[in-house]
Amino acid sequence: MNEQEPFCPNESRRSFLKKSTVITAVALTPAAAINAANNHWDEHIAAAIENVSLSVEINGTRHTMDIDPRTSLLDLLRENLHLTGTKKGCDYGQCGACTVHVNGERVLSCLTLAATTDGSKVTTIEGLANGDELHPMQAAFIKHDGFQCGYCTPGQIMSAVACIREGHASSRDQIREYMSGNICRCGAYPNIVDAIEEVQKGGQKV
Amino acid sequence: MSTKSNKVIGEPMNRVDGKLKVTGAATYSAEYKLANIAYAVLVSSTITKGTIKNIDTKAAENAPGVIAVISHVNSIKVPGYQEQHGEPGQPKPAGRPLRVFYDNKVYFNGQPIAVVVAGTFERARYAASLVKVQYDKETPQTAFEENMNKAIVPEQAKQNPKAAVADYTRGTPDGYASAPVKIETEYFQPTEFHNPMELQSIIAHWETDDRLTLYDKVQGTQPTQQNFAREWQIPVENIKVISTFVGGAFGNGLRNWPHETAAIIAAKMVNRPVKLMLTREQMFYMVGYRPRTWQKINMGATQDGKLVGITHSVVGQTSSYEQFTEGTLQQTRTLYECPNISTRYRLLPLHVSTPTPMRGPGEATGAWALECAIDEMAHALNIDPIEFRLRNYPEKDPDNGKPWSSNYIRDCYKMGAEAIGWKNRKQQPGMLRDGDWQIGYGMAIGMFGANRQAAKVRGKLYGDGTVLMQCAVTDIGPGTGTAMTQIAADNMSLPVEKVTFQWGNSDFPEMGNQGGSSTVNSVGPAVVAACNSIKQKLLEMAGRNKQEFANAKMEEVMFEEGKLFPKDKSTSIAYEDILKGGGARDIDVIEGARPGSERQQYAMYAFSMHFAEVHVHAVTGQTKVAKVVACADAGRIINKKTAGNQMIGGVSGGIGMALEEEAVIDDRFGRYITKDLADYHVAVHADVPKVEVLFVDKPDLLVDPIGSKGLGEIAIIGVAPAIANAIFNATGKRIRELPITPDKLI
Repeated sequence: MNEQEPFCPNESRRSFLKKSTVITAVALTPAAAINAANNHWDEHIAAAIENVSLSVEINGTRHTMDIDPRTSLLDLLRENLHLTGTKKGCDYGQCGACTVHVNGERVLSCLTLAATTDGSKVTTIEGLANGDELHPMQAAFIKHDGFQCGYCTPGQIMSAVACIREGHASSRDQIREYMSGNICRCGAYPNIVDAIEEVQKGGQKV
Repeated sequence: MSTKSNKVIGEPMNRVDGKLKVTGAATYSAEYKLANIAYAVLVSSTITKGTIKNIDTKAAENAPGVIAVISHVNSIKVPGYQEQHGEPGQPKPAGRPLRVFYDNKVYFNGQPIAVVVAGTFERARYAASLVKVQYDKETPQTAFEENMNKAIVPEQAKQNPKAAVADYTRGTPDGYASAPVKIETEYFQPTEFHNPMELQSIIAHWETDDRLTLYDKVQGTQPTQQNFAREWQIPVENIKVISTFVGGAFGNGLRNWPHETAAIIAAKMVNRPVKLMLTREQMFYMVGYRPRTWQKINMGATQDGKLVGITHSVVGQTSSYEQFTEGTLQQTRTLYECPNISTRYRLLPLHVSTPTPMRGPGEATGAWALECAIDEMAHALNIDPIEFRLRNYPEKDPDNGKPWSSNYIRDCYKMGAEAIGWKNRKQQPGMLRDGDWQIGYGMAIGMFGANRQAAKVRGKLYGDGTVLMQCAVTDIGPGTGTAMTQIAADNMSLPVEKVTFQWGNSDFPEMGNQGGSSTVNSVGPAVVAACNSIKQKLLEMAGRNKQEFANAKMEEVMFEEGKLFPKDKSTSIAYEDILKGGGARDIDVIEGARPGSERQQYAMYAFSMHFAEVHVHAVTGQTKVAKVVACADAGRIINKKTAGNQMIGGVSGGIGMALEEEAVIDDRFGRYITKDLADYHVAVHADVPKVEVLFVDKPDLLVDPIGSKGLGEIAIIGVAPAIANAIFNATGKRIRELPITPDKLI
């Protein structure tokens, strides 16, 4: 998915390869790569190292592509696949806006390197509804006005669904505790809890 | 004319954009798909004051995929930099806005000093880490208390002795001193950050050499358009600003910031659309904050609870290059009947970035001191704090003697006291306990100007009987699109399904910032004006084609259920048929509405009253807010669901302000220690209880023809002091420094 930049030999290759800890972590052969840089093999090598193959199922569709190993799952979704429903709120794993499901469990996509999802099934907010029919949690968020600006909403909803599936929605207090990783700066929290409580009590399949 | 109305105004209708928001289909600024887009990542200063001696960009330039590294060394000249003072249509602090990449000067830590542009985000981010900078450092001053003696009189006050921040006296200066009962108290509130969930983001796209399109996270499309037209010296109409969905702002989108100019420079230099999204850490340095403020209140009262005098002094933080002031002292002059008032506002310039309005700007800060002091005085007098406030209720605005356009604050006392269970409160603190939990009740008032701006709306009635309305206004979360749809539906006498309201585009008719709680008050009347204009044209068209309406006047007809009737209802004609008969495809109008002379005759304010029940753990000092009642005298409520949510949100923000939010700066380096959401705590789910929202819901037709008074600010003003007063009632401990963390209570 990387756009191919023109070949431009340069001095920075050595430091680039040495300093990129992410590359070091996942590169195919880091020693060889650094050696290549020392020998000024350069952009071609970098381009090769910046590409790892990934095959991941997202919202029921399999995507097979080459990605920059530094790409987070969040950036893969937003920038490479243009699935912008998953939001970047901090990129540090502190706000929950980027919450998606990987193999059915809620994860922070900003702290997940996309390369580690090879072979996984990812569900994002775009994959939650059944066609035009909203997921019960989406409908409950609308009914209870569980948002204002809407930016944290996809993450809240993905977390809320997981919260019920995990069995962590048995009381308002428990919901509040297990939803506290999802920040809503507009502060619609009580409405979000109302929505989750209603879905939980309604017993619909989530 | 009569239009059957109030069918949906006031109803708790679901949001018109709710489905987009819950499905991820709402598009925010960084999410527009443009061909050939490049990614920009900012490099920030690591020193606080000084000059850039050398900036080594070679490694970054040579990194794979890098298109450009731009700094003051090689940036193109921004033509408006030479003469730019303030920004049209935006809050104007005295001084000069930071000019990004203009010269080698560093004014604050985290200042953007270079931008790296690459074909992918990963490449840009990595290359940004390779930029090496050498500085000539100077010693910065960022410590507030140590520098308080260097506070200055604001420039505004020097130039205009009647300015809101100029020294003010009513009655005898420091008249409190003659009172039999006196208190003297000091309050401190730290810097607080807006931290909306959406990171400040922009896509800048030069469509041609002098035509610029911005997808920008701002609170005003047209103020942004005007600002950049001036900055780039191109005609306003050459700039288009799209801000349809804004992921929260709370004031930090009220002006334009250096990162926006950086993206525009970069887009021009690389000749590609450029996307720039701040990191969360950069959000703490580059886009404003609620300034640290020290306040001192001297208050005097008679034994029977009549205020004699209040002297309120303020020192607020600002930057070294701009003077930011806010309405911290307004409530002290207005909220209570009090013969002697003195207020003094001073500014402390430090080597930090410039503050900017944050929800309830000034008033939330001022209420924190004033409403705690009122509680302290009520305690000193051994009078119930509600009763004390009632004894000092002003029948008219004591600041200027003008009558209130409306003031239902006494209704709020009754409604709120009952809902929170005020009768359970003990006048003496520390009397209620449940095991280790000490229980207390507190309350506080807030007020904010019922502001109104000029606005215009385009209204279009189509041949199929549907209506489209457009306005340049943004919707940062309150539900403007929904409220305007309701107003248009009622005024056109159509079901909401037939009405579409579009916003967030500078090409649409005139509106300033979504700020100062003024949106419904401003855009609502313009929607009504557009509806009235369409109806007038419908009648004229019907009169030409249908005998029954020939020469009919508006007062002789009725508009109901999408049809035009004569008063006797002997016949009717649907809007669609009027258009068909007139051979018209549509009716297309642009109408405006603006405030008038009533603004000079009345004191116009919205009021809020917050009641809190808190539980404070006697051993750990942990405070749990058990219940909050939020009562608002905000005029007519257009949508009880979205307005109620806004009040709840103000309480959440106020809980953060009261108990958690605090910027800590390491004065050795002038850098924030709290620069992410793990260290800078905002309220989360576990912190916010059920909030009961009560609306007086009485229209104030003097403020605007809709009768609304605005809600966004009063939602938070008074929350922090209500909680502080409740903590005192629970524990007997009076904490005068925010946030009230457990260490202060044990």
